[in-house]
Amino acid sequence: MNQLAEIISRNEDRIRMQWIDGMAQGVQRPDLMSKAELDEQCRTILAAIIAGVRSGGWIEVAGVGWDAAREIFQSISASRARQGFSPVEVATYVLSLKKPLFSAIRGTLKGNQDEMFDTIWAATELLDRLALVTTEAYMATREELIVRQQQELMELSTPVVKLWDGILALPIIGTLDSARTQMVMENLLQTVVDTNSKFAIIDITGVPTVDTLVAQHLLKTITAARLMGAECIISGVRPQIAQTIVHLGINLEDVVTKAKLSDAFALALDRSGRTVTRTHTAPAKANQLSTLLEKREE
Amino acid sequence: MERIPVLRMGPLLLVTIQVDMHDKLALQLQDDITQRIADFGSTGVLIDISSLEVVDSFIGRMLANIAAMSRVLGAEAVVVGMQPAVAITLVELGMSLPGVRTALSVEAGMELLIGAVSRAAHGSEDERSQT
Repeated sequence: MNQLAEIISRNEDRIRMQWIDGMAQGVQRPDLMSKAELDEQCRTILAAIIAGVRSGGWIEVAGVGWDAAREIFQSISASRARQGFSPVEVATYVLSLKKPLFSAIRGTLKGNQDEMFDTIWAATELLDRLALVTTEAYMATREELIVRQQQELMELSTPVVKLWDGILALPIIGTLDSARTQMVMENLLQTVVDTNSKFAIIDITGVPTVDTLVAQHLLKTITAARLMGAECIISGVRPQIAQTIVHLGINLEDVVTKAKLSDAFALALDRSGRTVTRTHTAPAKANQLSTLLEKREE
Repeated sequence: MERIPVLRMGPLLLVTIQVDMHDKLALQLQDDITQRIADFGSTGVLIDISSLEVVDSFIGRMLANIAAMSRVLGAEAVVVGMQPAVAITLVELGMSLPGVRTALSVEAGMELLIGAVSRAAHGSEDERSQT
Protein backbone atom coordinates (compact mmCIF):
# COMPACT_ATOMS: atom_id res chain seq x y z
CA MET A 1 0.00 0.00 0.00
CA ASN A 2 2.95 2.28 -0.51
CA GLN A 3 0.87 3.91 -3.17
CA LEU A 4 -1.23 5.50 -0.42
CA ALA A 5 1.86 7.01 1.19
CA GLU A 6 2.97 8.21 -2.23
CA ILE A 7 -0.38 9.90 -2.90
CA ILE A 8 -0.41 11.58 0.50
CA SER A 9 3.14 12.88 0.27
CA ARG A 10 2.68 14.16 -3.30
CA ASN A 11 -0.56 15.99 -2.45
CA GLU A 12 0.34 16.86 1.11
CA ASP A 13 -0.16 20.62 0.88
CA ARG A 14 -3.46 20.39 -0.94
CA ILE A 15 -4.81 17.77 1.45
CA ARG A 16 -3.84 19.88 4.42
CA MET A 17 -5.47 23.02 3.00
CA GLN A 18 -8.71 21.17 2.23
CA TRP A 19 -8.62 19.48 5.60
CA ILE A 20 -8.37 22.76 7.47
CA ASP A 21 -11.02 24.34 5.22
CA GLY A 22 -13.34 21.41 5.86
CA MET A 23 -12.85 21.78 9.57
CA ALA A 24 -13.57 25.49 9.37
CA GLN A 25 -17.15 24.64 8.36
CA GLY A 26 -17.67 22.19 11.18
CA VAL A 27 -15.45 21.58 14.09
CA GLN A 28 -12.76 24.24 14.11
CA ARG A 29 -12.68 26.12 17.41
CA PRO A 30 -10.87 29.42 16.91
CA ASP A 31 -11.58 30.22 20.55
CA LEU A 32 -9.55 27.24 21.71
CA MET A 33 -6.83 26.93 19.07
CA SER A 34 -5.26 29.40 16.64
CA LYS A 35 -5.07 28.70 12.90
CA ALA A 36 -1.28 28.61 12.81
CA GLU A 37 -1.26 26.10 15.65
CA LEU A 38 -3.82 23.94 13.84
CA ASP A 39 -1.81 24.14 10.62
CA GLU A 40 1.31 22.95 12.41
CA GLN A 41 -0.59 20.13 14.07
CA CYS A 42 -2.05 18.93 10.74
CA ARG A 43 1.42 18.97 9.21
CA THR A 44 2.87 16.71 11.90
CA ILE A 45 -0.08 14.36 11.65
CA LEU A 46 0.22 13.97 7.89
CA ALA A 47 3.97 13.37 8.20
CA ALA A 48 3.34 10.76 10.85
CA ILE A 49 0.70 9.03 8.71
CA ILE A 50 3.05 8.92 5.72
CA ALA A 51 5.81 7.44 7.90
CA GLY A 52 3.38 4.93 9.33
CA VAL A 53 2.02 3.77 5.97
CA ARG A 54 5.55 3.51 4.54
CA SER A 55 6.94 1.57 7.49
CA GLY A 56 4.36 -1.18 7.46
CA GLY A 57 0.86 -2.28 6.81
CA TRP A 58 -1.87 0.34 6.93
CA ILE A 59 -3.95 -2.14 8.83
CA GLU A 60 -1.57 -2.61 11.77
CA VAL A 61 -2.18 0.64 13.59
CA ALA A 62 -1.21 -1.13 16.82
CA GLY A 63 2.17 -2.18 15.33
CA VAL A 64 5.66 -0.83 15.87
CA GLY A 65 5.70 1.21 12.64
CA TRP A 66 2.86 3.34 13.92
CA ASP A 67 4.37 4.11 17.32
CA ALA A 68 5.25 7.69 16.41
CA ALA A 69 1.89 8.40 14.79
CA ARG A 70 0.01 6.85 17.67
CA GLU A 71 1.95 8.93 20.16
CA ILE A 72 1.17 12.13 18.26
CA PHE A 73 -2.52 11.30 18.09
CA GLN A 74 -2.62 10.45 21.77
CA SER A 75 -0.85 13.61 22.82
CA ILE A 76 -3.03 15.78 20.57
CA SER A 77 -6.18 14.17 21.85
CA ALA A 78 -5.01 14.44 25.45
CA SER A 79 -4.23 18.12 25.07
CA ARG A 80 -7.59 18.68 23.36
CA ALA A 81 -9.40 16.91 26.17
CA ARG A 82 -7.76 19.26 28.64
CA GLN A 83 -8.51 22.32 26.46
CA GLY A 84 -12.19 21.47 26.60
CA PHE A 85 -12.97 20.03 23.15
CA SER A 86 -15.93 17.68 23.07
CA PRO A 87 -15.39 14.01 22.11
CA VAL A 88 -17.34 14.57 18.87
CA GLU A 89 -15.03 17.40 17.89
CA VAL A 90 -11.93 15.35 18.61
CA ALA A 91 -13.14 12.35 16.59
CA THR A 92 -14.40 14.52 13.72
CA TYR A 93 -11.01 16.21 13.60
CA VAL A 94 -9.46 12.94 12.45
CA LEU A 95 -12.41 11.75 10.36
CA SER A 96 -12.62 15.03 8.43
CA LEU A 97 -9.31 14.07 6.82
CA LYS A 98 -11.25 11.52 4.77
CA LYS A 99 -12.74 13.91 2.24
CA PRO A 100 -9.52 15.63 1.09
CA LEU A 101 -7.67 12.33 1.17
CA PHE A 102 -10.28 10.58 -0.98
CA SER A 103 -10.34 13.42 -3.50
CA ALA A 104 -6.54 13.23 -3.75
CA ILE A 105 -6.76 9.47 -4.34
CA ARG A 106 -9.45 9.97 -6.96
CA GLY A 107 -7.35 12.60 -8.66
CA THR A 108 -4.33 10.31 -8.88
CA LEU A 109 -5.97 6.97 -9.76
CA LYS A 110 -8.71 8.30 -12.03
CA GLY A 111 -8.39 5.64 -14.74
CA ASN A 112 -8.05 2.57 -12.56
CA GLN A 113 -11.35 1.75 -10.85
CA ASP A 114 -10.22 -1.32 -8.91
CA GLU A 115 -7.06 0.19 -7.59
CA MET A 116 -8.87 3.37 -6.61
CA PHE A 117 -11.45 1.43 -4.64
CA ASP A 118 -8.78 -0.61 -2.86
CA THR A 119 -6.81 2.47 -1.93
CA ILE A 120 -9.89 4.30 -0.68
CA TRP A 121 -10.86 1.28 1.39
CA ALA A 122 -7.38 1.18 2.89
CA ALA A 123 -7.51 4.88 3.67
CA THR A 124 -10.95 4.75 5.27
CA GLU A 125 -10.05 1.79 7.45
CA LEU A 126 -6.82 3.49 8.48
CA LEU A 127 -8.55 6.73 9.45
CA ASP A 128 -11.28 4.87 11.34
CA ARG A 129 -8.66 3.14 13.40
CA LEU A 130 -6.79 6.36 14.05
CA ALA A 131 -10.06 7.99 15.12
CA LEU A 132 -10.60 5.15 17.57
CA VAL A 133 -7.08 5.60 18.96
CA THR A 134 -7.81 9.29 19.40
CA THR A 135 -11.13 8.70 21.13
CA GLU A 136 -9.55 6.17 23.44
CA ALA A 137 -6.81 8.59 24.40
CA TYR A 138 -9.45 11.28 24.93
CA MET A 139 -11.36 9.05 27.30
CA ALA A 140 -8.19 8.05 29.15
CA THR A 141 -7.30 11.69 29.72
CA ARG A 142 -10.77 12.51 30.98
CA GLU A 143 -10.69 9.52 33.29
CA GLU A 144 -7.33 10.62 34.65
CA LEU A 145 -8.77 14.07 35.24
CA ILE A 146 -11.71 12.65 37.16
CA VAL A 147 -9.49 10.46 39.35
CA ARG A 148 -7.25 13.39 40.15
CA GLN A 149 -10.18 15.61 41.03
CA GLN A 150 -11.55 12.89 43.25
CA GLN A 151 -8.26 12.70 45.10
CA GLU A 152 -8.09 16.45 45.47
CA LEU A 153 -11.62 16.52 46.79
CA MET A 154 -10.72 13.81 49.27
CA GLU A 155 -7.70 15.71 50.56
CA LEU A 156 -9.56 18.99 50.70
CA SER A 157 -12.51 17.66 52.56
CA THR A 158 -10.87 16.23 55.66
CA PRO A 159 -9.08 18.98 57.56
CA VAL A 160 -8.41 18.55 61.26
CA VAL A 161 -8.47 21.88 63.09
CA LYS A 162 -7.02 22.61 66.49
CA LEU A 163 -9.54 24.63 68.48
CA TRP A 164 -7.67 24.83 71.75
CA ASP A 165 -4.77 23.21 73.46
CA GLY A 166 -5.87 19.57 73.61
CA ILE A 167 -9.12 20.06 71.68
CA LEU A 168 -9.42 19.17 67.98
CA ALA A 169 -12.31 19.71 65.59
CA LEU A 170 -13.03 17.67 62.49
CA PRO A 171 -15.68 19.25 60.29
CA ILE A 172 -16.92 16.66 57.82
CA ILE A 173 -18.43 17.95 54.57
CA GLY A 174 -20.17 15.56 52.21
CA THR A 175 -21.20 11.95 52.40
CA LEU A 176 -19.02 9.52 54.34
CA ASP A 177 -18.11 6.40 52.39
CA SER A 178 -15.63 3.72 53.37
CA ALA A 179 -12.65 5.24 51.57
CA ARG A 180 -13.26 8.67 53.04
CA THR A 181 -13.84 7.34 56.52
CA GLN A 182 -10.54 5.53 56.36
CA MET A 183 -8.82 8.78 55.43
CA VAL A 184 -10.70 10.81 58.04
CA MET A 185 -9.88 8.24 60.68
CA GLU A 186 -6.18 8.11 59.89
CA ASN A 187 -5.99 11.89 59.70
CA LEU A 188 -7.75 12.40 63.00
CA LEU A 189 -5.83 9.74 64.91
CA GLN A 190 -2.49 10.98 63.62
CA THR A 191 -3.32 14.54 64.63
CA VAL A 192 -4.45 13.31 68.04
CA VAL A 193 -1.02 11.75 68.52
CA ASP A 194 0.87 14.73 67.10
CA THR A 195 -0.90 17.37 69.17
CA ASN A 196 -1.51 15.18 72.22
CA SER A 197 -5.18 16.13 72.23
CA LYS A 198 -7.58 14.63 74.73
CA PHE A 199 -10.75 15.74 72.94
CA ALA A 200 -11.87 15.51 69.33
CA ILE A 201 -15.11 17.07 68.14
CA ILE A 202 -16.54 15.50 64.97
CA ASP A 203 -18.87 18.01 63.36
CA ILE A 204 -21.38 16.45 60.97
CA THR A 205 -23.24 19.64 60.00
CA GLY A 206 -22.05 19.14 56.42
CA VAL A 207 -23.07 15.50 56.15
CA PRO A 208 -26.31 15.44 54.15
CA THR A 209 -27.60 12.07 55.31
CA VAL A 210 -26.72 9.66 58.07
CA ASP A 211 -27.64 6.05 57.40
CA THR A 212 -26.56 2.94 59.24
CA LEU A 213 -23.35 2.70 57.23
CA VAL A 214 -22.30 6.29 57.97
CA ALA A 215 -23.15 5.79 61.64
CA GLN A 216 -21.06 2.63 61.70
CA HIS A 217 -18.13 4.50 60.16
CA LEU A 218 -18.47 7.24 62.76
CA LEU A 219 -18.61 4.72 65.60
CA LYS A 220 -15.47 3.01 64.29
CA THR A 221 -13.59 6.31 64.29
CA ILE A 222 -14.79 7.11 67.79
CA THR A 223 -13.83 3.67 69.11
CA ALA A 224 -10.35 3.93 67.57
CA ALA A 225 -9.88 7.37 69.16
CA ARG A 226 -11.03 6.00 72.51
CA LEU A 227 -8.53 3.15 72.27
CA MET A 228 -5.81 5.74 71.96
CA GLY A 229 -7.08 7.63 74.96
CA ALA A 230 -8.91 10.49 73.26
CA GLU A 231 -12.56 11.29 73.71
CA CYS A 232 -14.85 12.07 70.77
CA ILE A 233 -17.89 14.31 70.77
CA ILE A 234 -20.26 14.41 67.80
CA SER A 235 -21.74 17.80 67.04
CA GLY A 236 -23.89 19.34 64.34
CA VAL A 237 -26.69 16.79 64.55
CA ARG A 238 -29.59 18.36 62.69
CA PRO A 239 -33.18 17.62 63.78
CA GLN A 240 -33.87 15.49 60.70
CA ILE A 241 -30.71 13.51 61.29
CA ALA A 242 -31.60 12.94 64.93
CA GLN A 243 -34.96 11.60 63.74
CA THR A 244 -33.35 9.32 61.18
CA ILE A 245 -30.88 7.98 63.73
CA VAL A 246 -33.69 7.06 66.13
CA HIS A 247 -35.90 5.63 63.37
CA LEU A 248 -33.06 3.46 62.13
CA GLY A 249 -32.41 2.24 65.65
CA ILE A 250 -28.76 3.28 65.60
CA ASN A 251 -27.27 3.06 69.06
CA LEU A 252 -25.29 6.19 69.85
CA GLU A 253 -25.76 5.89 73.59
CA ASP A 254 -22.08 5.49 74.37
CA VAL A 255 -21.26 8.61 72.36
CA VAL A 256 -21.70 12.18 73.49
CA THR A 257 -23.69 14.09 70.86
CA LYS A 258 -24.49 17.78 70.74
CA ALA A 259 -26.60 19.88 68.41
CA LYS A 260 -24.01 22.59 67.84
CA LEU A 261 -20.26 22.76 67.57
CA SER A 262 -20.22 25.50 70.23
CA ASP A 263 -22.02 23.21 72.70
CA ALA A 264 -19.48 20.46 72.05
CA PHE A 265 -16.60 22.92 72.45
CA ALA A 266 -18.04 24.17 75.74
CA LEU A 267 -18.32 20.58 76.95
CA ALA A 268 -14.73 19.82 75.94
CA LEU A 269 -13.51 22.95 77.75
CA ASP A 270 -15.49 21.98 80.82
CA ARG A 271 -14.17 18.42 80.83
CA SER A 272 -10.59 19.63 80.51
CA GLY A 273 -11.17 21.87 83.52
CA ARG A 274 -11.33 25.16 81.65
CA THR A 275 -13.92 27.86 81.57
CA VAL A 276 -14.54 30.93 79.45
CA THR A 277 -15.34 34.18 81.24
CA ARG A 278 -16.01 37.67 79.99
CA THR A 279 -13.39 40.07 81.35
CA HIS A 280 -15.25 43.27 80.49
CA THR A 281 -18.43 44.18 78.65
CA ALA A 282 -18.02 45.82 75.28
CA PRO A 283 -18.50 49.64 75.56
CA ALA A 284 -21.30 49.94 73.00
CA LYS A 285 -23.20 47.07 74.53
CA ALA A 286 -22.77 48.54 78.01
CA ASN A 287 -24.36 51.81 76.89
CA GLN A 288 -27.27 50.00 75.31
CA LEU A 289 -27.74 47.97 78.44
CA SER A 290 -27.76 51.02 80.73
CA THR A 291 -30.27 52.85 78.52
CA LEU A 292 -32.43 49.74 78.51
CA LEU A 293 -32.28 49.57 82.27
CA GLU A 294 -33.15 53.24 82.56
CA LYS A 295 -36.15 52.76 80.31
CA ARG A 296 -37.34 49.88 82.39
CA GLU A 297 -37.02 51.93 85.54
CA GLU A 298 -39.11 54.69 84.00
CA MET B 1 13.86 -16.46 78.03
CA GLU B 2 12.62 -13.12 76.76
CA ARG B 3 10.47 -11.35 79.28
CA ILE B 4 8.70 -8.01 79.57
CA PRO B 5 9.72 -6.23 82.79
CA VAL B 6 6.99 -5.30 85.27
CA LEU B 7 8.24 -2.38 87.39
CA ARG B 8 6.85 -1.39 90.76
CA MET B 9 6.31 2.32 91.47
CA GLY B 10 4.75 2.68 94.89
CA PRO B 11 1.20 1.42 94.65
CA LEU B 12 1.39 1.19 90.86
CA LEU B 13 2.89 -1.26 88.36
CA LEU B 14 4.52 0.03 85.18
CA VAL B 15 4.76 -2.19 82.10
CA THR B 16 6.39 -0.97 78.90
CA ILE B 17 6.05 -3.21 75.90
CA GLN B 18 8.95 -2.48 73.58
CA VAL B 19 9.21 -5.65 71.57
CA ASP B 20 6.87 -7.30 69.12
CA MET B 21 4.45 -9.36 71.11
CA HIS B 22 4.09 -13.02 70.39
CA ASP B 23 1.56 -15.26 72.01
CA LYS B 24 3.90 -16.90 74.51
CA LEU B 25 5.27 -13.54 75.63
CA ALA B 26 1.73 -12.24 76.07
CA LEU B 27 0.74 -15.17 78.25
CA GLN B 28 3.92 -14.77 80.30
CA LEU B 29 3.13 -11.09 80.78
CA GLN B 30 -0.38 -11.94 81.92
CA ASP B 31 1.05 -14.32 84.52
CA ASP B 32 3.66 -11.80 85.68
CA ILE B 33 1.25 -8.91 86.08
CA THR B 34 -1.36 -10.86 88.03
CA GLN B 35 1.38 -12.34 90.23
CA ARG B 36 2.85 -8.89 90.96
CA ILE B 37 -0.52 -7.34 91.74
CA ALA B 38 -1.14 -10.10 94.25
CA ASP B 39 2.40 -9.89 95.71
CA PHE B 40 2.60 -6.10 96.14
CA GLY B 41 -1.07 -5.35 96.60
CA SER B 42 -0.86 -2.84 93.73
CA THR B 43 -3.87 -0.63 93.06
CA GLY B 44 -3.02 0.41 89.51
CA VAL B 45 -1.35 -1.00 86.39
CA LEU B 46 -0.07 1.19 83.56
CA ILE B 47 0.67 -0.57 80.28
CA ASP B 48 2.57 1.53 77.74
CA ILE B 49 2.18 0.18 74.21
CA SER B 50 3.51 3.20 72.31
CA SER B 51 6.27 1.07 70.73
CA LEU B 52 3.88 -1.69 69.74
CA GLU B 53 3.26 -1.54 66.01
CA VAL B 54 1.73 -4.90 65.21
CA VAL B 55 -1.31 -6.37 66.91
CA ASP B 56 -3.56 -9.30 66.22
CA SER B 57 -6.81 -10.40 67.80
CA PHE B 58 -4.93 -12.48 70.38
CA ILE B 59 -2.91 -9.52 71.65
CA GLY B 60 -6.08 -7.42 71.66
CA ARG B 61 -7.90 -10.00 73.70
CA MET B 62 -4.92 -10.31 76.01
CA LEU B 63 -5.02 -6.55 76.73
CA ALA B 64 -8.71 -6.84 77.56
CA ASN B 65 -8.00 -9.89 79.75
CA ILE B 66 -5.20 -8.20 81.68
CA ALA B 67 -7.49 -5.24 82.39
CA ALA B 68 -10.31 -7.53 83.54
CA MET B 69 -7.97 -9.65 85.69
CA SER B 70 -6.47 -6.55 87.31
CA ARG B 71 -9.93 -5.33 88.19
CA VAL B 72 -10.74 -8.66 89.79
CA LEU B 73 -7.55 -8.32 91.85
CA GLY B 74 -8.52 -4.79 92.87
CA ALA B 75 -6.27 -2.77 90.55
CA GLU B 76 -7.17 -0.32 87.79
CA ALA B 77 -5.46 -0.94 84.44
CA VAL B 78 -4.74 1.81 81.93
CA VAL B 79 -3.43 1.22 78.40
CA VAL B 80 -1.51 4.25 77.12
CA GLY B 81 0.05 5.44 73.88
CA MET B 82 -1.71 3.22 71.36
CA GLN B 83 -0.59 4.01 67.81
CA PRO B 84 -3.24 5.09 65.26
CA ALA B 85 -2.54 2.07 63.06
CA VAL B 86 -2.95 -0.27 66.02
CA ALA B 87 -6.22 1.39 67.04
CA ILE B 88 -7.59 1.12 63.49
CA THR B 89 -6.57 -2.54 63.28
CA LEU B 90 -8.26 -3.38 66.56
CA VAL B 91 -11.46 -1.62 65.49
CA GLU B 92 -11.42 -3.40 62.14
CA LEU B 93 -11.00 -6.68 64.02
CA GLY B 94 -14.14 -5.78 65.93
CA MET B 95 -12.35 -5.38 69.27
CA SER B 96 -13.34 -2.16 70.95
CA LEU B 97 -11.94 -3.27 74.34
CA PRO B 98 -14.94 -1.85 76.21
CA GLY B 99 -13.63 -2.46 79.72
CA VAL B 100 -10.17 -1.03 79.17
CA ARG B 101 -9.22 2.47 80.26
CA THR B 102 -7.01 4.34 77.85
CA ALA B 103 -4.86 7.48 77.86
CA LEU B 104 -2.81 9.36 75.30
CA SER B 105 0.54 9.36 77.09
CA VAL B 106 2.24 7.84 80.11
CA GLU B 107 1.81 11.16 81.87
CA ALA B 108 -1.94 11.29 81.24
CA GLY B 109 -2.25 7.62 82.23
CA MET B 110 -0.39 8.24 85.50
CA GLU B 111 -2.73 11.12 86.30
CA LEU B 112 -5.73 8.93 85.63
CA LEU B 113 -4.40 6.13 87.83
CA ILE B 114 -3.37 8.38 90.69
CA GLY B 115 -6.83 9.96 90.54
CA ALA B 116 -8.49 6.56 90.64
CA VAL B 117 -6.21 5.34 93.44
CA SER B 118 -6.80 8.42 95.61
CA ARG B 119 -10.55 8.20 94.96
CA ALA B 120 -10.47 4.59 96.03
CA ALA B 121 -8.52 5.54 99.17
CA HIS B 122 -10.96 8.35 100.04
CA GLY B 123 -13.86 6.04 99.31
CA SER B 124 -12.59 3.47 101.80
CA GLU B 125 -12.00 6.19 104.38
CA ASP B 126 -15.56 7.40 103.90
CA GLU B 127 -16.82 3.89 104.36
CA ARG B 128 -14.76 3.55 107.53
CA SER B 129 -16.06 6.82 108.94
CA GLN B 130 -19.61 5.73 108.24
CA THR B 131 -19.26 2.49 110.18
